[in-house]
Amino acid sequence: MTWLEAIFSAFASPLFYKLTILSALPLVFSAIGGVFSEITGVTNIALEGIMKLGAFTAVAFTFLTGNPWVGLFLGMLSGLILAFLHAYVSIEWSANQIVSATALILIAQGVVGFLMKPVFGQEGQSDFVTKIPTVKIDAIKNIPFLGEIFGEISAFFYIAIVVIIGSWFLIYKTPLGLRMRSVGENPRAADTLGINVKGIRYFGVLMSGVLASLGGMYLALGDIGQFQEQMPAGKGFIALAAMILGNWNPIGAMWASILFGAAEAMNIQLQTLMDLPSEIKALLNLLPFVLTIIVVGGFVGKTRAPAADGVPYEKE
Amino acid sequence: MASNSSILKSRWISFLVPLLAILLSLVIAAIIILSIGQNPIKAYSAMIEGAFGSRLSWADNITKMTSLLLAGLAVGFGFRAGVFNIGAEGQMAMGGIMAVTVGLGLGNVPPAIAIPITILAGMAGGAFWASIAGWLKAKTGAHEVITTIMLNWIAYHITNYLVSGPFAVGAGVPKSPEIAKSAQLPPLLTVQASSIPSGIIIAIAAAIVIYIILEKTTTGYEVKAVGFNPYAAEYGGISISKNIVLTMAISGALAGLAGALEVMCVHHRIFGAFTSDRGFDGITIALIGQNNPIGIIFSAFLISSLRAGSNAMQTIGVPDDIIVVIQGIIIFFVAADRIIKTWIIKISNIGKKKTIENIEGGEEA
Repeated sequence: MTWLEAIFSAFASPLFYKLTILSALPLVFSAIGGVFSEITGVTNIALEGIMKLGAFTAVAFTFLTGNPWVGLFLGMLSGLILAFLHAYVSIEWSANQIVSATALILIAQGVVGFLMKPVFGQEGQSDFVTKIPTVKIDAIKNIPFLGEIFGEISAFFYIAIVVIIGSWFLIYKTPLGLRMRSVGENPRAADTLGINVKGIRYFGVLMSGVLASLGGMYLALGDIGQFQEQMPAGKGFIALAAMILGNWNPIGAMWASILFGAAEAMNIQLQTLMDLPSEIKALLNLLPFVLTIIVVGGFVGKTRAPAADGVPYEKE
Repeated sequence: MASNSSILKSRWISFLVPLLAILLSLVIAAIIILSIGQNPIKAYSAMIEGAFGSRLSWADNITKMTSLLLAGLAVGFGFRAGVFNIGAEGQMAMGGIMAVTVGLGLGNVPPAIAIPITILAGMAGGAFWASIAGWLKAKTGAHEVITTIMLNWIAYHITNYLVSGPFAVGAGVPKSPEIAKSAQLPPLLTVQASSIPSGIIIAIAAAIVIYIILEKTTTGYEVKAVGFNPYAAEYGGISISKNIVLTMAISGALAGLAGALEVMCVHHRIFGAFTSDRGFDGITIALIGQNNPIGIIFSAFLISSLRAGSNAMQTIGVPDDIIVVIQGIIIFFVAADRIIKTWIIKISNIGKKKTIENIEGGEEA
């Protein structure tokens, strides 16, 4: 098959669209997590670390209890704790948020690596554990084409829909969302109006922890049912790019994640459809990262960050 | 309050904050080691033994220190200009790739020419790779943290491609051929099976050069001015974008030098993932060294000792990932240096309290 034929046959098959959605899922959660944190004015580049710790914790507890929902809950808790550390030093102590987040990425990586052997008896990857089940809806399954995409799909897909709609509603249609945005744009003015700047910022950062951990957990509990030490392999940073491309808006972040997901799906499809030497397959893996640079480099259109993003706020 | 700010302004605070961060991280790591049922004292003494216990461990330590020192300088130099270069990893890889590409074909060239050419090729590779992120930041405002991380991944995949495709040689682990003998740097000192690479001399020289650039030249002044307050610098006639690209290029050249020396002194070739996270270690080293090139020499030695010692720790059953946790906690406390500063003030105030109370009492009477 030539490149062009392979690309066309990918676009024609429902599998490509399903892979796009599944590849977008971890990005959607983490990118919306990033939105929550940054619209309140705290950058959180630690999404990668939160995803990793969340995935590890979830698989570890699924491994120990046999129940993936227990794993899911505790994985979210681990994301919450890691994000809390970032929130605490960023909000209470005006720490450099980029440096603090880098520290958390290292801590997550170190703790996970350290515990691999004691928990799973081996390094590199865990045993296979029970996955979060897929949801099968017969009414959808019978529809041609669409049925093959959505008929039977990971429960994370439905969780993602709730998260996307819920966070859009929360941010743009509720008083809390208005407060979050005002704290991210002008904390001093918000403070003058009696808004609890610190409290709102804690909420934003903690939400980013919970959501990013969901992104990591999809990779482990939703996709393969195993934790691998090289997870999430840069997806936390691609999610940041999706957040920027999506203009710090949950719906925008979703579309951007789908774009990155499509790049990943095309990569997978080309590797299976075409008879390529393995080193060329390895080279194709760099496509999502090139796309991210192009996006972050602003070649896809201008975006604007919240004005107080990354700026510590102190009362005078 | 005046006395508190004078405490914070004094010179020793810049040593005290990282020092306390290191101590705290060692205590927290000890608790983590305890949690898996291991003895932290045993672990730490194995670590010290592994770092300094024998000639071989010293040689290992100094070998590791060479690339760590340069990675630390790369990150630290960026920090001075307000640029956070997380891309030392990818720049190192590009430096290694360029050094191998050039070094492979230098068989007929005498070492006196082949060695500097290979070194320069490595530095150019790193400088080019970092300049992409610098250029994007200057032109479009793309945050260097995201672009350099993406460039790390791209460099990683390019290395994997090269060692399993065009450069591939031999069986087993995908790797490139060895560079020409004339482009290899001879060891500084060989004692039995252990040798100390001459790269360490180049790395320390680089630290001194960077110190001189920062402290004694106009370029260094401009770099620091942009890092301190970009808007004021621009108002003063210093071009921000020119300086950001220049800073990234110098920073990348240092990381590229690390990659080149790794090839020329240690492996004489590249293989997949040969940078093994040392770019990230550079962040810890720069922060502990307070972005001062001379301080970075010492902090690189500290981290290389931890790294060299961690292998020995692993043999007694403590996973060496604990070193990454230690580094993370150090960075965390350096980021939140105010926590430590507040403690220092509190502790120093306990000593003073008595005298203050006496004075106040006296005034009332």
